[in-house]
Amino acid sequence: MTAPSADVAERLTGLVGALRSHGVRIGTGETLDAAQALEALGLADRERLREGLAATLLHSTGQRRVFDPVFDVYFPRRVGMPSDSEAPPTDREDLRSRLAAALAANDRAAIAQLAVEAVDGFGGYGSSPGSDGWSSYQTLDRLRPQTLMARVRDSVRAQRGGAGFTDRLLEDEIRQRIEAFRAQVATEARRRVAERRGRDEIARRAVAPTAERVDFLFAGRAQLAELRRVVQPLARKLATRLAARRRRAARGTIDLRRTLRGSLSTGGVPMRPVLRRRRPVRPELVLLCDVSGSVSGFSDFTMLLVQALHDQFSKVRVFAFVNRIDEVTGLLVRGAADADGLSARIRSEATLTGWHDSSDYGVALGEFDERYADAVGPRTTVFVLGDARTNMSDPNLPAVRYLSERARRVYWLNPEQRSQWGTGDSAAPAYAELVEMHECRNARQLGELIARLLPV
Amino acid sequence: MLFTSVDDVSARLAETGYLASPAVATTVFLADRLGKPLLVEGPAGVGKTELAKAVSEVAGARLVRLQCYEGVDESRALYEWNHAKQLLRISAGRDETWDEARTDIFSEEFLLARPLLTAIRGNEPKVLLIDETDKADVEVEGLLLEVLSDFQVTVPELGTITASSRPFVVLTSNASRELSEALRRRCLFLHIGFPDEELERRIVRLKVPRLDEALAESVVRVVGALREMDLRKVPSVAETIDWARTLLALGADTLDESVVHDSLGVLLKHQDDVLKATAKLDLDAV
Repeated sequence: MTAPSADVAERLTGLVGALRSHGVRIGTGETLDAAQALEALGLADRERLREGLAATLLHSTGQRRVFDPVFDVYFPRRVGMPSDSEAPPTDREDLRSRLAAALAANDRAAIAQLAVEAVDGFGGYGSSPGSDGWSSYQTLDRLRPQTLMARVRDSVRAQRGGAGFTDRLLEDEIRQRIEAFRAQVATEARRRVAERRGRDEIARRAVAPTAERVDFLFAGRAQLAELRRVVQPLARKLATRLAARRRRAARGTIDLRRTLRGSLSTGGVPMRPVLRRRRPVRPELVLLCDVSGSVSGFSDFTMLLVQALHDQFSKVRVFAFVNRIDEVTGLLVRGAADADGLSARIRSEATLTGWHDSSDYGVALGEFDERYADAVGPRTTVFVLGDARTNMSDPNLPAVRYLSERARRVYWLNPEQRSQWGTGDSAAPAYAELVEMHECRNARQLGELIARLLPV
Repeated sequence: MLFTSVDDVSARLAETGYLASPAVATTVFLADRLGKPLLVEGPAGVGKTELAKAVSEVAGARLVRLQCYEGVDESRALYEWNHAKQLLRISAGRDETWDEARTDIFSEEFLLARPLLTAIRGNEPKVLLIDETDKADVEVEGLLLEVLSDFQVTVPELGTITASSRPFVVLTSNASRELSEALRRRCLFLHIGFPDEELERRIVRLKVPRLDEALAESVVRVVGALREMDLRKVPSVAETIDWARTLLALGADTLDESVVHDSLGVLLKHQDDVLKATAKLDLDAV
């Protein structure tokens, strides 16, 4: 790469702009640092450049997931197509066997090279300019790298002589290598499309948001796993913040009356300020979670957070409902180590549905008032988690009013966009008149809300 | 400038026994070149603190370390007046006039330099290690800001002390508390994750030279598989090395179920994790 420096500067600012549009906060100072890094490192070694720019532009680990694909678009491995027209059209079986060999040897350079070839050979579609493009989906569909598993495994075993303890790790390792190959194919296809349609647009659209900004309602399986990884540090962050708040709160404010009375013995000079002692409150938390299919990502995540926060509160009780409600506190505590199967276990062990399995807020809330009236008292903060979509049934507003009268506070966290509230079968506005309702669409919002709303 | 190129960084760090990944080498080079502090994050036991030590060794610089903890404050981090000595000074000079006594007791002589001040005073090269920054309270970050952006410290009685030669600064964090944006902005950011298989194998071979090649490879692969599992605390590099040493001490030539089963406690620190790994790795038969 021997690009003129003006072009490089433009690429750098383009990169910064794209990162900013994904919510990475970068100031001018950092951009200058990045330019200096660019100068110091040169363009010769792409991976070094990547690390150098990441070090100067980013501020936390999570941003790396956004940075890497954007970097690939702005500083591509290569420009243009590899086909020198002399290269024979790629043969599918040939490519597959070379890929199998590379996977068996775990030769990363070869795997990366094959990803380029694969997109070149099988990823193109369309023939007229304007409607043609490159598709990683099509490439992988034709190549089917996942079916190479047995072949790769056998050839590795043949080389190593098989047996031995580590042999049982082999399949997982190969699976990871194949996964890495798929990711490289996706990167390559994205790069080519970017060349055609303009980098800026692709960088904006084709890059997945950071885990904490993923919409709960649209999170895929992989993203949910990623969200889970966000929970642990989030819970810890909240815990320290709460501890600090509690420390401050415990000290209390100055009790003016008692300070003045004490000052009588010193001639009216308040020598010893008396602090108002606070009554030790034991915050209690009750969560009502809609765990029906439509909001499952949200409730899964919230419950993981609750689990993590468990030791912060003297009493946490969690209830799950679809159209019937049941207490799941026990399941949460017992399952401390196994977060994965949590929602499955809740669905299998608790009675959540009656004779149909779509959510019904009215019935569930009414049942809560009847069966678990003792769970809510003047010290209780209640969080209701759900999208307030009642499938056209009665929202049972009196039940919510009754709940809000007895509890210290009631908050409703709704994973739907505010503009969607009240559309279709959503009873959100009606509920929002009775209790405080907040939009809570991603991990970041949830963290902020929980920190703000939780009782000291 | 301590280093001439990225390769120079890798080569010289390797001489001290620190094998740097490309990311580490590049970032260290840039921190040196741009004269900025380096904020290193990552799980425990991947060599964040070791990196600072290795750099100081390479550069022939003095390592000044500030270990942060909850409650570390200005007098621990920056400077303190030596009150005892000040009192002695006052009581020793009973016959002098007030003016003579007064001017003296707030001078360099009575200043106790703590790590941050130590790091910016004097001319010899220094590496300042601010370890576990996330353990310190938020207020301490405020103290750090002046030091990290301008390499100066303000002592009200003496004025501002500016570094004549900039120390190489490394801050480490386990991310147990979110560091402020202002602090992050002043630093280059480096995340050290677990090393890839090849690098880890080289580290193991370097630290446990008597372990043979094949066993080292198996060790690294098993540790890699454990890290893929959903454990409460995944094994770090330090634990890989411990395990390699254990295997050597046990006289194991190859890995098999019973060896792994018996020594799993070296790698995993929670009983839940041990049970989970046992099930996943099929060790139940033993």
